[in-house]
Amino acid sequence: MKNTKLPISPHLQIYKPQITSVLSITHRITGFFLSFTLPLLLLWLFCIFLGSSVYNSFITFFSYTPLKLILIPITYAFSYHMLNGIRHLIWDCGYGFSLRFSSISGVLIVTLSILITIVINLIIVF
Amino acid sequence: MVEFSLPRNSKIVEGKTYGKSKNSNNQKIIEIYRWERDSGKQPRIDKFYIDPDTCGPMTLDALMHIKNELDPSLTFRRSCREGICGSCSMNIDGTNNLACLKPLEKNTKKVKIYPLPHMKVIKDLVPDLKEFYEQYKSIKPWLRPKPNNSKREMIQSQEDRKKLDGLYECVLCACCSTSCPSYWWNGDKFLGPAILLQAYRFIVDSRDKDRKERIEMLNDAFKLYRCHTIMNCTKTCPKGLNPAKAIASIKKLQISS
Repeated sequence: MKNTKLPISPHLQIYKPQITSVLSITHRITGFFLSFTLPLLLLWLFCIFLGSSVYNSFITFFSYTPLKLILIPITYAFSYHMLNGIRHLIWDCGYGFSLRFSSISGVLIVTLSILITIVINLIIVF
Repeated sequence: MVEFSLPRNSKIVEGKTYGKSKNSNNQKIIEIYRWERDSGKQPRIDKFYIDPDTCGPMTLDALMHIKNELDPSLTFRRSCREGICGSCSMNIDGTNNLACLKPLEKNTKKVKIYPLPHMKVIKDLVPDLKEFYEQYKSIKPWLRPKPNNSKREMIQSQEDRKKLDGLYECVLCACCSTSCPSYWWNGDKFLGPAILLQAYRFIVDSRDKDRKERIEMLNDAFKLYRCHTIMNCTKTCPKGLNPAKAIASIKKLQISS
């Protein structure tokens, strides 16, 4: 028998996306993305600290519509990450492990996070 | 290590076609992952055309039909054909299942069959489960009874016995573990859902004396805490068990004990 290295069977390539795993990886991606938006929040707070004239120019700068568009993914990532975080807290308390609960709550948080994003952007941003 | 793409020796190429008849409209196409060590070639996908009317209703029936009629070299594990031995676990149409419990879909033309994901392949649909069994061994999967001087049997209350329901049914088919992305990336250190469910089965057994020791042994960043409640395990379990819940119960015990 030849001493060939055994191949690894395909995984990500062939495993059908499951609502469970897709929501889980989205949680990670949104979390990763949010960590990059933190400097923006800090900049905003820092501008408050620097006084009204700096703060005003910051606000004017970010009132420019194309720049405002970046708030859409940020609000979505934030609302999704927060709602899924609550879902994870429920799990960490030992509840909601039925497939029924996990799928229903999964669909619920996706819908809610889209709604929140629309509402926040319509009312506050635009 | 997280490695999203397959190593070079594992890339899949197109394979052969078997059993295609002139009127292939009524035929089902079963696509199967093939690899044999001696050929020295890449893994390939072979296409088998079968007539669903001439074979039984389950995926395993189709595999046996192919082995009998089209290619006797097709290799897979099977034994009981009723979901109790856990041998014929494989990836069927994108999710892990026991081939003997998964019916051939009536309305679809194609069925894709791969070995359990992210495992070393010994041949065709037969994965190397050696490490999986080593991990099973590491949790000492046997009862270590409390010292008992009387010659009577160990009595267990009905309540205590009920705690084992949903745990003892596990047949160690490894469907859940190999559906777990965490286990794909850290399978060498993370015990995976199947083994953790088994560990919990002994932790909650009222007749076992080493409960504390068992809980302590799992208190490890990798062995237990690589579980991020993805829940692919529960979603795929062919026996309808809930490994995610068992793991969460162990995590809870870690805090309370």
